[in-house]
Amino acid sequence: MGKFGKKNKVSENIPTSALPDIIFMLLFFFMVTTVLRDQEILVEQKIPQATQLQKLQKKTLISYIFIGKPKNTALYGTEPRVQANDALLNTPDIVQWVNQERDLLPESDRGLITISMKADRDVKMGPISDVQTELREADARRILYASTGKVKND
Amino acid sequence: MARKKNRMSTEVNAGSMADIAFLLLIFFLVTTTIASDKGILNILPPKLDPNNPPPEIDLNERNIFTILLNANDQLLVEGEFRDNPDGLDEDVKAFILNFGQPDEEGTALYNTLPASLKALSAKLPDSSDDPGEAVVSIKTDRGTSYDKYLEVFDLTKKAYFDIYAARVNLSTDEYRALTGKNDAEVSLQDKGKEGIPMAISIAEPNKIGGN
Repeated sequence: MGKFGKKNKVSENIPTSALPDIIFMLLFFFMVTTVLRDQEILVEQKIPQATQLQKLQKKTLISYIFIGKPKNTALYGTEPRVQANDALLNTPDIVQWVNQERDLLPESDRGLITISMKADRDVKMGPISDVQTELREADARRILYASTGKVKND
Repeated sequence: MARKKNRMSTEVNAGSMADIAFLLLIFFLVTTTIASDKGILNILPPKLDPNNPPPEIDLNERNIFTILLNANDQLLVEGEFRDNPDGLDEDVKAFILNFGQPDEEGTALYNTLPASLKALSAKLPDSSDDPGEAVVSIKTDRGTSYDKYLEVFDLTKKAYFDIYAARVNLSTDEYRALTGKNDAEVSLQDKGKEGIPMAISIAEPNKIGGN
């Protein structure tokens, strides 16, 4: 009877007080999941594309080796060079580097060390095969040709 | 006048907190790179021991699928010149699954294959005897570009993965995504590979066109 006046008012304001928390959660997610590049890449890196990519399960087993034309050509010349950690290596030093990397792994995993070869697409096979020979010498025989996914056109 | 108290607000204004967090978020989004460790896995052969040379294995020429890549990135596939590696994966597949003169094991393997793979078996006398014998050999020059080599290697791997995937009724992408993190995945992987080893041989490059 007299209750017509009562309007069922719905509040139109969305509570935004939790917004900072949500954003902070996103922020922490990205801070935790992303890795800051801790080393400066001294060689050019245009990673080739491929289709048959595989992912390794254990990331700790992977050591990275970079092959490409030095960025600082005045200092290092234009021939492709090999970079491991944050310094350029000469090819014969790779064995020693592999052994250092292997020593960082737990003993049970040492045989499974995988070298991810991040080679520039303009590098010729000569330097690549020299590196592979050294890796065979160091008995680090699992290698991963790092590449990015190719968009299929079929 | 006297009653007017200069009351300070006790609450900190938190309205701009979201903006600050957003700025930080965007900063991290832009500056960080997600480390990508995807790639094509290859197992190198063990190093040569001068005192203990590897046994000489006589393989029939028909069991080797030779891919030569020269310093101009041109291909010679089984003696035929090619400008680009398109379609190489189909040729490799046909070579592996040729079943020219399978032995007992090969015949048993053939009978387990799904119909789509059996259809690829041409039984040519001058191609591979059976998948256990078949070897794909890739040889480059020192001047061959890494890009082209990887493309050829990629296609060869694709041929094998296509076969493995077809044997366990998965798509090639699904098969490759198996990492073997549990027993079910390992058994699928093994079932795909059984009897068909991925025999890709990377020969020492020729000293042409490089340093």
